[in-house]
Amino acid sequence: MTMQLLAKNTQRFWLALFIVMLLAGCGGRGEGGSSGRVVLENKGSDTLVNVAQAWAEAYREVNPNLAIAVTGGGSGTGIAALINGTVHIANASRSMKDSEKELVREKGHEPIEFIVGYDALAVYVHQDNPLTETTIAQLAEIYGEGGPTETWTQLGIEVPGCANQEIIRVSRQNNSGTYVYFREAVLGKQRDYKLGSRDMHGSKDVVDLVEKTPCAIGYSGLAYATDHIKMLGVSTVAGEAAVSPSTATAIDRTYPIARPLFMYTLGQPTGNVKEYLDWVLSDEGQCIIHEKGYAPVRAINCDGGDTTAEATE
Amino acid sequence: MADQKQEQPMQAATSIDAIDKRNLDWFLDKGVQVLIFIGGISAIIFVLGIFVFITKEGFDFVLSRFDLAEFFTSPNWRPTSSANPTYGALALIVGTASVTGTAMIVAIPFSLGAAIYIGEFATGKTREALKILVELLAAIPSVVWGFIGLSIMNALIIDLFNVPIGLNIFNAGVILGLMAAPIMTTIAEDALKAVPDEYRAAAEAMGATRWQVIRKVVLPAAKNGLVAAVLLGVGRGFGETMAVLMATGHSVQIPDSIFDSVRALTATIAAELGETAVGSDHYGALFTLGIFLFIVTFLINLTADLVVRGIKKK
Repeated sequence: MTMQLLAKNTQRFWLALFIVMLLAGCGGRGEGGSSGRVVLENKGSDTLVNVAQAWAEAYREVNPNLAIAVTGGGSGTGIAALINGTVHIANASRSMKDSEKELVREKGHEPIEFIVGYDALAVYVHQDNPLTETTIAQLAEIYGEGGPTETWTQLGIEVPGCANQEIIRVSRQNNSGTYVYFREAVLGKQRDYKLGSRDMHGSKDVVDLVEKTPCAIGYSGLAYATDHIKMLGVSTVAGEAAVSPSTATAIDRTYPIARPLFMYTLGQPTGNVKEYLDWVLSDEGQCIIHEKGYAPVRAINCDGGDTTAEATE
Repeated sequence: MADQKQEQPMQAATSIDAIDKRNLDWFLDKGVQVLIFIGGISAIIFVLGIFVFITKEGFDFVLSRFDLAEFFTSPNWRPTSSANPTYGALALIVGTASVTGTAMIVAIPFSLGAAIYIGEFATGKTREALKILVELLAAIPSVVWGFIGLSIMNALIIDLFNVPIGLNIFNAGVILGLMAAPIMTTIAEDALKAVPDEYRAAAEAMGATRWQVIRKVVLPAAKNGLVAAVLLGVGRGFGETMAVLMATGHSVQIPDSIFDSVRALTATIAAELGETAVGSDHYGALFTLGIFLFIVTFLINLTADLVVRGIKKK
């Protein structure tokens, strides 16, 4: 008797559960259908992620029906997602490798490259370090495989608070765009980094570590500079005047280790993607990247830029 | 109960239904049995699944590009070199081993001391409070430990020991030791608790002092459990990733001193896998590191398990 009752109740319970689930399913579908927002997926470089987010936020006012979902993860991650076709736009702080372009072509698309700004890669040292400038060759001897420079004494200086005057090399994990660019620009394509550098997992980590370590030297985006850290001027050849990293010297290309920042699309962009990229390259978009500490693709005046930007829309 | 009485007169009418309903019950019963069975063997399924997955991903690399001698004897880990990629894991293995070793030097005295105090000396509220605090220590996320290593210990070690950098074996070892200590304390305390009180009473009756009871009777009797506690701590140290990534300095080199930066196997996988093209040599090499780690931690845990089983047979 009790069994029978129990069974009846159980049955009722399953029926109720089924109805609830059915209702929930309908409700969900109804909500999804009523929304007219289009989502653009934008993924890639950690160097660009802050700017990409600022762009996405500002663009909401330009086109409220378009939501841009920005994710970081690194240049390689973004390009891999573009190859797999899961994103509309990939951000990268290095150009696409030939092998990666080939993978896109295999899937029947042509990767299209847009330079959206420039990033000066600053060389940071502790603020007590007396060094003020360096050369590309000197950096190569510090960072490159087989380079003899191991101590600050070899550079003819003494760093207060640094035990044994040992140079602590701070670098990035070996597949970040920053790591790859610095190798190409400073060491040359075929030369490897000296092993034993401290490989940090983010642009900001490099700056944080150098700031707290008197012996350290590191490279990271100019946008991560703080008041408690020193940036070195860099010259291409010894004897030439060293150039300090700044957005101005990145725009006029006098600073030797400034790299272009890219956005990639699958094929010539159309519709929403095209409108968005056009806006990114407009004065309004370029003033946002300037505000974030990177160099815009061309010299623009951002102080009175708001009105000009309104007019171009 | 009231419902039941009301339904009784309807017994005859529903007796055919009752057979169906019994069938439903029977299916439910079977269904739940299967669910519980799946739950029971899920651990085995997951372990096997993970093993098959990492082996499959790393297998191509092991067959085509893998060089056993290079992997175990070369410290050159240059997977993204454009000229000549090399996959020597010696520096990474030494890094993991040195950090885990230092961690055990820190953790063993702390955890055994804590276990002896909690198990043998502390009573009442002190004992309960201590047990809760130890468990609380185990609940601190590893990224928080790593953050402490990166932001506080780094500057402290530079100042205290006058060394060039504070992100090194010592830093990571101390942090990992503190992380492993709670689980070791808990297991060691269980082992001490498993020693029958008669042993202690007998020793005390022979006129042994408290210290003699612990040293000569309780510790030898709990030996297997204590060894298992240490082995599980070693396993924890080997597998820990985030704190080690942040506190070791993440630097590929064979260390000469405890104040040198190193890089751990786990941290290498964590830092590099996210941006590696699926199916590339680098990807395969990282999975090979994974296979190696899996085998090592499996052996450590198996040994710990066998040691504990040893205690139960006695």
